[in-house]
Amino acid sequence: MIASILSFWSTHFALMKIEFWYLVVSGITTGFLYGMVAVGYTMVYGILRLINFAHSEIFMTGAFAGYFLMREFVGNNTPSGVQSILLILGGIAVGALASSLMAAFVLERVAYRPLRKRKAPPLAYLISAIGASYFLQNLAGKEFGRNPIAVPQPYGNANVFTVFGAPFNQYDLLVVIAGILSLVALDIIVGRTKLGRSLRAVAQDMETASLMGVDIDRTIMFTFLIGGAMAGAAGFLWGLNSNVGSTMGFVPGIKAFTSAVLGGIGNLRGAMLGGMILGIVENLAQPFVSSAYIDVVAFAILVGLLMFRPTGILGERLGRVA
Amino acid sequence: MSDLVFDVKNVTLRFGGVVSLNDVTMEHRRGEILAVIGPNGAGKTSLFNSLTGVYRPQEGTITLSAREGHPISVIGRGAHRIAAAGVARTFQASRMFSALTTFENVKIGAESHRGIGAVGAMLRGPATRRDEKASDDKTMELLEFVGLKDQANVLSASLSYGARRRLEIARGLATSPVALLLDEPAAGTNPAEKLELANLIRRVRDELGVTILLIEHDMKLVMSVAERLYVLNFGSVIATGTPEEIRANPAVIEAYLGSSETQTSEAS
Amino acid sequence: MTPELRARLGRLASFFAIAALVAVMTGPSGSNDSPTLGFTQSFAQPYSYFGLFRGQRWMVFLTLALVVLGLHTLWRRGGSGVRSKAQSFRQTFDAPGRRRTSALSALVVVAVVALLVPHLITNPGIQSGIVEQVLAYVILALGLNVVVGWAGLLDLGYVGFYAIGAYVTAWMTGRLPIAAPFHHPVSSFAAIPVAIVFTMLAGVILGAPTLRLRGDYLAIVTLGFGEIILVFSNNLTNVTGGAQGTNPYIPSFTFRIGGIKYLFGNVGYYFLVAGFVAATIVLFRLLEHSRVGRAWTAIREDEVAAESIGINPLKYKVMAFAIGASVSGFAGAVTASQIGVVYPNTFSLYFSVNVLTLVIFGGMGSILGVIVGSVLVQGIAVYLRFYPPSGYQASDLYMYLGALLIMMMIYRPAGLVPSKRRRREIRQAEAGIGHEGDVLLGEQP
Repeated sequence: MIASILSFWSTHFALMKIEFWYLVVSGITTGFLYGMVAVGYTMVYGILRLINFAHSEIFMTGAFAGYFLMREFVGNNTPSGVQSILLILGGIAVGALASSLMAAFVLERVAYRPLRKRKAPPLAYLISAIGASYFLQNLAGKEFGRNPIAVPQPYGNANVFTVFGAPFNQYDLLVVIAGILSLVALDIIVGRTKLGRSLRAVAQDMETASLMGVDIDRTIMFTFLIGGAMAGAAGFLWGLNSNVGSTMGFVPGIKAFTSAVLGGIGNLRGAMLGGMILGIVENLAQPFVSSAYIDVVAFAILVGLLMFRPTGILGERLGRVA
Repeated sequence: MSDLVFDVKNVTLRFGGVVSLNDVTMEHRRGEILAVIGPNGAGKTSLFNSLTGVYRPQEGTITLSAREGHPISVIGRGAHRIAAAGVARTFQASRMFSALTTFENVKIGAESHRGIGAVGAMLRGPATRRDEKASDDKTMELLEFVGLKDQANVLSASLSYGARRRLEIARGLATSPVALLLDEPAAGTNPAEKLELANLIRRVRDELGVTILLIEHDMKLVMSVAERLYVLNFGSVIATGTPEEIRANPAVIEAYLGSSETQTSEAS
Repeated sequence: MTPELRARLGRLASFFAIAALVAVMTGPSGSNDSPTLGFTQSFAQPYSYFGLFRGQRWMVFLTLALVVLGLHTLWRRGGSGVRSKAQSFRQTFDAPGRRRTSALSALVVVAVVALLVPHLITNPGIQSGIVEQVLAYVILALGLNVVVGWAGLLDLGYVGFYAIGAYVTAWMTGRLPIAAPFHHPVSSFAAIPVAIVFTMLAGVILGAPTLRLRGDYLAIVTLGFGEIILVFSNNLTNVTGGAQGTNPYIPSFTFRIGGIKYLFGNVGYYFLVAGFVAATIVLFRLLEHSRVGRAWTAIREDEVAAESIGINPLKYKVMAFAIGASVSGFAGAVTASQIGVVYPNTFSLYFSVNVLTLVIFGGMGSILGVIVGSVLVQGIAVYLRFYPPSGYQASDLYMYLGALLIMMMIYRPAGLVPSKRRRREIRQAEAGIGHEGDVLLGEQP
C-alpha cells in the first residue's frame, strides 16, 4: 500500500507537483479532523475498554448543531470579517457543546452506565453501543431527512497562501488551528490537571483508583465530555466543507477509529498522529485509486493493522493516556 | 518408546530481562510420581507452563514421548497440541467450565480427542451415537473414580474447593493422558481434603498407570506422595533425589526448607 | 434535597423524557427543508382515538407518562406479591412431565399455524414479504446464532456472505455481466450447493487469520470485510452489474418430473423455505447437543482450560464462522432466486445489525429464542411495511431496532427466551464467579 503510493509519486512527482501539494494540504486537513474524532475513541477505550461505536453519531450531532446555527444566522447572506469569525467560533462552540452533552448525559447515562453498574461483560457494551449508534443515526434521519444537506457558508473561504503552488484556504487554516489548539488543550488537561490525574488513574486500574477516592462516574463523564466536544467541533468543521446528514458519521467514524488503532489505542498523541498519517495516505492514493475505492484503502489498512500490529505505531498506552 | 516422558535439557526462559528458568535440566520417568518444589517465585509455574506449551522458552529442548511413535518437541507447539499428545493438566486456581455440570465438564474432556466432525454431529449416525455412549460411560467411570458420581448433575460452580480439584483431575484423565501435571493441587483445600487428594494421586498412578508431575507448596503432601523431587530456586535446579535425600540435602535446607518450614506448617 | 427525593425526581424526569422520546419516535417525520417540523408536530398535532378522545399529541403522551409512572409506583410498592404469583405460575409449567406435553402441543400449534398462514394471508406482496423478510431471516438468525451465541464471536460482516451467496447464484444462472461457469447457466436450485461451498470457503479464508483477534477487534475486522464487499458489489460494474443490480431476472425455482413442471410461486416458496427452516432447526439442535456444541461452550467459558484438554480453539471458531457464513450464503442464494434481482444496496451494515438484533433479542445461544425473536421482530417489520401507521417511514425500523438492542442489554441481556447455559454464564459473570474476563461472548480480557 505505502510502497505503491511511494512508487507512484516518485515517478509522477515532477509532472504533478501542484497536485501533490494540493493532496498533502487536504490530507493534513482531513488528518486533523480524523485525529480530533479519534481522540474520543481512544479516551473511551482507554478507560472503559469499549469501542464506542456511537461516537460517529456524536460527531454527527455536532455537525447538525453547527448546521442549525448557520441556518439561523447565515441564511442566504454571505458574512465577512468579524461576523465570519464570530459565526465560525459559534459553530465550533455549539457543535462541541451539543456533542459533549449528548455523549456524557445521554449516551453514557442511557447506554453504558446501567451496564457498568451491573458489571456486564465487555461485548455487552459493544452491542449496546451499536444499538445507540443505530438509534441516533435513524432518529436524526427521521427528523432531519435522509439526504445530505449543504451547510450555509459563514465565510468566503478565500485563499490564504499557497504551498508550492497548491492553495491553502481559510478552511484549511481553520481546521489546522482548531486541531492544534484542541490538542494542546487536551494535553494540558490530561497531563497537568487534577482531572487528568484521575483520568489516568482510572485508565490504569479502575478499582484501585476508586479505592483511592477517585470518583469513577465523574471521571467517566468527563471522558465523554472531552471526547464528545472534540468530535462535535470536528463534526461542525467537517460539515462546513462537505454536507451534513444522518449517516455522515459512519465513514469518518471508521477512519477515526483506524487512526486511533494506528497510533496505538489508548494513546492520545498517537491518535492524532494516526489521523494525520491516514489523512495523508488516503489523499495521496487518490490519483490512482478511483474514488469509490478510497474507503476500501482505509478498511484494508484497518484490517491489516488489527491482524498484524494491533498495538499501532506508538504502542498501546492504556493507563498512560497522554 | 523412551522411558522418559519429559526430557528437559538446558531450558532457559526469559521475560524481558527477568530470567525465569535458568538452564534447567530435568528427566521425568515413565510411571513415576515426580514433584517440583521451591519457594515462591522459584520458577515452578514457569516450568509447568513451558512443559504444557503455554510459554516458549528461548533456549534448550523439551522432548515429549508420551505415546508410541516419534517423540515430539514441546517448544513452539500450542497448548492444545501438547494436550492431544497425551499430557493433561490442572490449574493452580481451578478453571472449570462453571456454567456446565460436573458431568458435562468431564465429558468435554472425554470427547476432545475425537475429530471435529460437525457434519457427523448434525447427521448423528450410528458411529456418532456409539461415540457418545462411549464418552458417557467413560465420564461416569471417572466420576466414580474421583468420588464425584453423586454430584454428576450439579453445576460445577457450586462444588467445594476439594471437589473442584477432583473434577479437574477427572477432566484431565478423561483425555486418556500418559502424564498428568498437577499445579499446586492442595492450594485452598483443608487437611481432610489433602489426605484424600494424596490418595487420589497415588491411585491415579497405581490403578490407571498415569505418570504424574506435581508442583506443590505443601511439603507434607509432597513428601508423602512424591517418589522423586527436583528443587528449584531462582530458576535453577539446586537439588534432586528421593524425599529422604532432599530432606538431608544442606543446600535445600539452606534455600528452602529452613526458611519456609515454619511457614508451610502454619499454612497446613 | 435528600437522596430519596433526588431519586424520585430523577425517576419522574426520566419518565417524562422517555414519554417525550416515544412521542418523537412515533410522531411525524421532518425533512431536509423543515428539520424542526417533526419535533414540533410530534407534540402539537391533533390526535383522536376513534372519536373517543380528541386533543393534542402532547396530552396523550403526558397521560401515558403519568399512567406508566403510576403503574411503576404500584409495582414497586406491592409488586412482590404479583411477582411471586407469576413465579409459581411459571413453575407449574416447568414441571418435567408437564413441560414435555406443553412443548409438544406448542409444536403442533406452531405447525398448524405455519400451514395456515399462506391461506389466511392471500395478498401476494405480503406473502413474498413473509418469505424474504421473516422466513429467510429466521434462517439467517439461526446461522448467526452459531457464531455469536455458541462460539461467542461478534460477526458484523455477516451480510458479506449473504451477498456472496446471492451473487454466486446470479453467476451460476448466467445473470451477471461475466459468463456463467463453463458458459453453461444452471438452474437456481443447482446454484444453492455452489453458493454454500463458496461462502463456506469465504468464511474459512476470512476466519482463519482473524479469529485469533480479541472479540471487539474481530467485530471491527468483520465489519470492514462487509463494507469491502459492499463497495465491490457497488462498483465492480462489469462483474456484479453495479448499483443497478443484476439483469435479467434470476429464475425462480422450478421442479420437473417427467412432463410435469412446477414453478415455485409465493406459496411454493413459503413452504419450501419453511421446510429449510425446519431442516436447519433439526440440524442445529443436534449440533448444539453434540461434542462440537459442548466444545464451543468450553471455549467460550475458558479458552485456556479448553486448550488444556486438547481442544483447538481456532479450529472450532473457524468452524463456527464457516457454518454461519454458509448459512448466510444459503439464505442469500434462496432469496436471490425468489426476488430475482441482486441489489448491492441491500448489503449494508444495516443488514448485519438487523440479524444481530434478532439473535440478541431472542436470546443468544437459544434456538427457540432466536426463532421467536426473528418471527416477532420481522413479522412486525413486515406488518409495518404493508400497513404503516401515520408518521412511520420504512427506515424508522432501524431506530426501533437500535433502541431494542440497548434495552435488551440493559434489562435482559440473555434475551427473550434465554438459553440455559447463557443465563447461568451471565449470572455468574455478574456475581464475579468463574474466570476473569468475559463469558457473555467468550472474549478474554
